[in-house]
Amino acid sequence: MIQEILFLLFRRMRLPLIVLICAYAISVLGFVLIPGQDDTGAVWHMSFFHAFYFVSFMGSTIGFGEIPYEFTDAQRFWALFTIYLTVISWLYGIGYLISLIQDPAFQNVMRHSRFYYEVKRIRDPFYLVCGYGDTGEHLIEEMSQRYFRSVVVDIDQSRIDHLTVTDLHLVVPGICGDASDPSVLKTAGLENPYCIGLVALTNDDQANLSASIAAKLISPKLKVISRAETLDYEANLLSFDTDHVVNPYSSFAEWLAMAIHSPSMYLIHDWMTGLYDKPLSEPLVPPKGTWIVCGYGRFGKAVIEQLQNEGVQTVLIEAEPEQTGAPRDTIIGSGTEAVTLNEAGIMDAAGIVAGTNDDANNLSIIMTARALNPGLFAVARQNRSRNTPLFQAAKLDLAMQPGAMMAQQVAALMMSPMLVQFLQLAKHQDDEWANILISRITTLTGEEHPITWKYKITAGAAPALYETIEKGGTVTVGDLLRDPTDWECLLGSVPLMISSPGEPPVMLPEDDHVLHLGDRLLFTGTTEARNRMGWVINNFNALEYVLTGIDRPSGYIFQWLHRERTRA
Amino acid sequence: MNFEKVIFAFFIVLALTLNFGFFIGDPTDPEQHHIYELFAAIVVSLIATVLKVGDRTHIGAVLLATSLVADLQLIIAALIWGYVVHVAQSGITPGEMSSIVSMSGGALVANILSVILLVAETLMIRR
Repeated sequence: MIQEILFLLFRRMRLPLIVLICAYAISVLGFVLIPGQDDTGAVWHMSFFHAFYFVSFMGSTIGFGEIPYEFTDAQRFWALFTIYLTVISWLYGIGYLISLIQDPAFQNVMRHSRFYYEVKRIRDPFYLVCGYGDTGEHLIEEMSQRYFRSVVVDIDQSRIDHLTVTDLHLVVPGICGDASDPSVLKTAGLENPYCIGLVALTNDDQANLSASIAAKLISPKLKVISRAETLDYEANLLSFDTDHVVNPYSSFAEWLAMAIHSPSMYLIHDWMTGLYDKPLSEPLVPPKGTWIVCGYGRFGKAVIEQLQNEGVQTVLIEAEPEQTGAPRDTIIGSGTEAVTLNEAGIMDAAGIVAGTNDDANNLSIIMTARALNPGLFAVARQNRSRNTPLFQAAKLDLAMQPGAMMAQQVAALMMSPMLVQFLQLAKHQDDEWANILISRITTLTGEEHPITWKYKITAGAAPALYETIEKGGTVTVGDLLRDPTDWECLLGSVPLMISSPGEPPVMLPEDDHVLHLGDRLLFTGTTEARNRMGWVINNFNALEYVLTGIDRPSGYIFQWLHRERTRA
Repeated sequence: MNFEKVIFAFFIVLALTLNFGFFIGDPTDPEQHHIYELFAAIVVSLIATVLKVGDRTHIGAVLLATSLVADLQLIIAALIWGYVVHVAQSGITPGEMSSIVSMSGGALVANILSVILLVAETLMIRR
């Protein structure tokens, strides 16, 4: 990379350098050839040594004087000429160098090489994120909040500029390049030993496909998560072992259906995968009855399909039913006028979903519908994150931002696969189960946003716990929930899942569930609870204390004193 | 005919011929080695070096290396000359002259190699 810069520099600086060499050669030769006089008046010829000395300081500083002997007029003529010659060649050379540095091509090479070294210096596991659109932006923010390194590739330089001015916890190197170009991916660290995965989130399915193939071929061990808008691409991606494929339309519809069908389950999903600093979302109570869906694009189709699966009656409003292939009983119109909404039966409807790809239209639909029927449960799709203030002001029951939701989903997939497994299994549970879990969590965490964390019982990750169990000790989940500062108290934490190797995972384990070596544990709760639990599994004394309730003295002398005292 | 190639070959060959002109003659006799010729050899050799810089092929890299060797040897020869005349002020003795000439002899070998490479590259292209 540095070599490339030097080559470019030298190749472009060839002419100025030759001009400079020639100017010096002519000047020096002139001084050697022109006869001068020494202090006695005898004819004296300047040697090359003196001539080069004189020209060197004259060229850069316009001289210290005429040395070693005062010049004759002929020499002064020549000096006059050479002053301009050397100064102009220097100006030309330096000016050329400066214009070269400002040259866009040169700047581009500089940017590339800076990026290359930035990526090369990363010494933590990182993800390569292709596409810094709405979803990418949310994802990078989420990752940097959890101190997870990432590298960004986007085809649009203005997005990369936006990345560099975004205030993040970590430095996220970004480069403008085509994600379907393997050389760009290589520069971005695809072969770097610290690269653990690739996320393809561009809005071009073909580019996502190319990036995923490149990742799987060049470094097969990488975890690859890709976005796909159509089923064809989804199948194509899965055919070569892409780890996860995320479809923005169907996942949006799934979440919406979940929110309507089982609000508590939706809340669990939202809390577990949501941003830590996001305010805790309130439980929703969507009414039963007929729902009006505006827009039959890819979103609308997925939403209708999901709602019908849930057994919800739907009425569809679509402006161009023939082009979109809408069913026959579709109401024709955009949904922004009262006439169309009335025709769709707004007065008797339970809720409305504004799902077009235009934020202004969606807001207009909601406002018109609310004016007709104020009790309506309003759900709107928010296409652009910059419109958040408008959607907040509209006081919607549910504003769904596909970009942010997909970012949540991807972040969960890459950072906590166990949580994803838990949420998958949770989908099979009923709303009652979810309600109980929600109330358990809220009594422990209060207003604080619950976080999730996991442990694996190994000698490296949980040394105290590992050794105690290895020596034959019995540790239950309930023991870990005790507060290591006060045995009587419990930590604000709920065990979500335990999976032992070779056995089906246990959801919401009871307190007397016995732990084994190699178990993986998933908890949710407060940050404080996580920190204290970390202490317990790492520190022998803290573990001993929560197991027995006795504060074991540390150090040989105190242990000996303790034994003496108990004997007496 | 490529005008750029003409200039390139011109300077490389001129560097060799000037170097040879300075080198030829009795190595101990200062009368047979003119300082102007050394000066010209250095200037042309420097220009040839700059022309070679920036070529990313393998042969280009070797050409640049030979040129750098020639520059180094010629500049050392000039430094010896300057030291003897101006710092030691002993005047040029046959012994010192021979060391200056042998330095330029080394540069001559490098310049010959450079021309051989140039010819080899030209023959390879066959255009």
